[in-house]
Amino acid sequence: MYGIVHSRESFGTVDGPGVRYVLFLGGCPLRCLYCHNPDTWTGEGCERVEAEEIIREYKKNKAFYRNGGITVTGGEPLLQLDFLIELFALAKKEGIHTCIDTSGAVFDRDNRVQTEKLERLLGFTDLIMLDIKHIDGEKHKILTGKGNENILEFARFLDARGKDVWIRHVVVEGYTDDENDLFALGEFIGELKTVKALDVLPYHTLGVAKYDTLGINYPLRDTPSCSKEKAAWARGKIMDGLAKKRKNK
Amino acid sequence: MEEFYKEWEGFEKATWVKEVNVRSFIMHNYIPYDGDDGFLASATKDTKDLWKQVLELSRLEREAGGVLDMDTKIISTIVSHAPGYLNKYKEKIVGLQTDKPFKRALMPYGGIRLAERACRENGYKINPTVKEFFEVHRKTHNAGVFDAYTPEMRACRSSHIITGLPDAYGRGRIIGDYRRVALYGVDRLIEDKHEQKETTRSAMYSQVIRNREELSEQIRALEDLKTMAASYGFDISRPAKDTAEAIQWLYFGYLAAVKEQNGAAMSLGRTSTFLDIYAERDLKRGTYTERQIQELVDHFIMKLRLIKFARTPEYNALFSGDPQWVTESIGGVAVDGRHMITKMSYRYLHTLTNLGAAPEPNLTVLWSVHLPENFKRYCAKTSIETSSVQYENDDLMRVTHGDDYAIACCVSSMRVGKEMQFFGARANLAKCLLYAINGGVDEMTGKQVAPEYRPITSEYLDYDEVMRRYDEMMKWLAGVYVNTLNIIHYMHDKYCYEKIQMALHDRDVRRWFATGIAGLSVVADSLSAIKYAKVKVLRNEAGLAVDYEVEGDFPKYGNDDDRVDSIAYNVVHRFMEHIRKNHTYRDSIPTTSILTITSNVVYGKHTGATPDGRKAGEPFAPGANPMHKRDSHGAVASLASVAKLPFRDAQDGISNTFSIIPDALGKDGGVFVGDISIELTDGCIDCGAVEDMEVNDVE
Repeated sequence: MYGIVHSRESFGTVDGPGVRYVLFLGGCPLRCLYCHNPDTWTGEGCERVEAEEIIREYKKNKAFYRNGGITVTGGEPLLQLDFLIELFALAKKEGIHTCIDTSGAVFDRDNRVQTEKLERLLGFTDLIMLDIKHIDGEKHKILTGKGNENILEFARFLDARGKDVWIRHVVVEGYTDDENDLFALGEFIGELKTVKALDVLPYHTLGVAKYDTLGINYPLRDTPSCSKEKAAWARGKIMDGLAKKRKNK
Repeated sequence: MEEFYKEWEGFEKATWVKEVNVRSFIMHNYIPYDGDDGFLASATKDTKDLWKQVLELSRLEREAGGVLDMDTKIISTIVSHAPGYLNKYKEKIVGLQTDKPFKRALMPYGGIRLAERACRENGYKINPTVKEFFEVHRKTHNAGVFDAYTPEMRACRSSHIITGLPDAYGRGRIIGDYRRVALYGVDRLIEDKHEQKETTRSAMYSQVIRNREELSEQIRALEDLKTMAASYGFDISRPAKDTAEAIQWLYFGYLAAVKEQNGAAMSLGRTSTFLDIYAERDLKRGTYTERQIQELVDHFIMKLRLIKFARTPEYNALFSGDPQWVTESIGGVAVDGRHMITKMSYRYLHTLTNLGAAPEPNLTVLWSVHLPENFKRYCAKTSIETSSVQYENDDLMRVTHGDDYAIACCVSSMRVGKEMQFFGARANLAKCLLYAINGGVDEMTGKQVAPEYRPITSEYLDYDEVMRRYDEMMKWLAGVYVNTLNIIHYMHDKYCYEKIQMALHDRDVRRWFATGIAGLSVVADSLSAIKYAKVKVLRNEAGLAVDYEVEGDFPKYGNDDDRVDSIAYNVVHRFMEHIRKNHTYRDSIPTTSILTITSNVVYGKHTGATPDGRKAGEPFAPGANPMHKRDSHGAVASLASVAKLPFRDAQDGISNTFSIIPDALGKDGGVFVGDISIELTDGCIDCGAVEDMEVNDVE
């Protein structure tokens, strides 16, 4: 079957371990204020690509991906569960490392059909990169348009299944740089047993041009890029919370 | 002749004792090093002082507009100048091209006019007697070439369909085996050359005569080399006895070459693992400390950073700088399967830390997946810190070149002391395509440059017709090009022979006849546009096609799309086939390269609009790169397109230049926690994750 594909990057070095083939899927339920891929919000302008074609393209250049693999991001990849299951099943047959970069925002634990599909997908998935936008539910809503309960729920769902997870967190000045929130995020992560890495991303303004092209208003136009130092500081706060939680256990 | 010199004590005997054979010496004596960089020593006070002096001189040179001092009178030879020093009492390795640091030598044998211009345009005036001597009494390489050029060759030269010909400057790309000076001492090498001369054939055909004359020149150059070294107080007639002497002897050999030749690329070879054998012996004997050895290496590399030539501002503009291409090849894997990384490989790279980053010498790691993990990590670290390391694929080149080849210039590989190259500029294949469309008339000047083939007259270009005519035009171009180079190399041998460099070669060397291609991606995209879209020809009043309109989209080279990548492959292959049909000077073996690195801008300037939609005068992409902004699938797809080009046809090298912002190459430890449990256990919240990142092998 086909996926709704926004674009493909053959040399991804920041979306998971090693050099990766990165697939950007179209469509996303969130509207994060700082989103740098607004062109992936809807499926508009996307192409339909068969799972086999992706694998074929990957294999052609597999020498480059020896320590890497495939990462599917978006948009929100979990909107296309059936496609993902097929793609990753094929990938695992070829011994390819598979990774999903998700916000978890579509997770609904009461939806039996969905959780069953997720279970199947996890069977073919080596790593989940879970982007927790904010630990505070109210602030999460301001930032993304939706609450974060199901996202945190998703994290626990992954934890219960022993799936390797990397947590990602974007630091935006005035939005996600509150010391207490960062510490609380760390505490939350500290409860999860399968978190392997923490990836703190300094907010950047490279996406602004896309908003102009798309004719969408960019709400963070006046927010400056986050410095590496600030991100390193935030990383420290999260790690403090994490350390405290783990120590208490 | 089988003397075992006392300087060789402690070395394992093998073929190298019986004959001049440095590879045999290396293979039987080097010790692969698997450890890490922990042993490295920092810069000594003398090193720091000397380097400070160099930086100060560099500053003065910049302030003076690029040249600090030039010799306008003394014609540079191996023995022309009195010894020169930075600071005699601090330098552990000595020797300068002239009697003063930063003073550029006068080298008129390539061409007196260029030498004069280099002086004039830098604000100096050449001595009139020297000028007269080379205009009246002693012919130069340049004068010889122009005596023999045909009108067609001149036309091709001025229309820039053939560009960058070494007909007025030193061709370079020859690497003397400077290690021989250290291992054998000069007397043994002279003896060997005499033996070679005695055993030439006795019937005096012209090549035998030339051979005998050249061997005599080589012997004289070796005698001069001894004299030059003696002026610095060293007797290099005998083999080097320790690390200090080995580096010094080797450097004298190289120094003689750069006193004699202003070559486009004056590369050093593959010296680090060779020198490590001396260093290991000295460490074992306890006669040197690591600190002393590193100091010697630092001073040696510092000397290489001082190499300078008198060149015109135009030349420097073409190459975006003042390059010498002092390329040193490090590492690689031996044919017997052992990697060739030694402590000396680390010490060479460590000069980038001790002296700071620098483009020269061009430190080039011969990369293999089989290099030890520690060394790979050290390379990655040094690259991140200094951006000064070049990498080339040893796994690919070892197959054809064995384990004692080195890189001349940026990518040209040759076996040290056994192979040399006739460097040969480039043919502009994009312009050639326009000639095919316009029946040999130059689109910029309206002049008939190529033969008057029938032009294409249709409104829209037809792929099959264009290909047919293009192939014919490439055949013509290959012919003129090769023959132009034949003249150039004949005259260079005759009037500007590389005496000392060839003295450090075997008698019977294999010669590569290096050609080059410019504009490959323009051609590939143009042909793809003609095939997959519609290309309308716009002609001027004279009926000359001067612009093109592309209707519709077409596959573009650089996206891993076989439809167009196969066109690029085919063009390289066809052109090389045409090259091979021609006679090449001195039984040389033709090869080609696709590697303009900066001159693509100049080539584009002289080329009219092309059927891919590129406008007249717009730059070409460098080397085998896709055209700017036409690759839309990321670097791997772009590299995959380049990787499809036939290395068999382009053995002299295929380049793909791409830059990437550091943050797009991975995470650094400041923001990324690579392994949470380790970080928590070690309690080092601030320690980096860089160490945990993989070193990715890109083939």
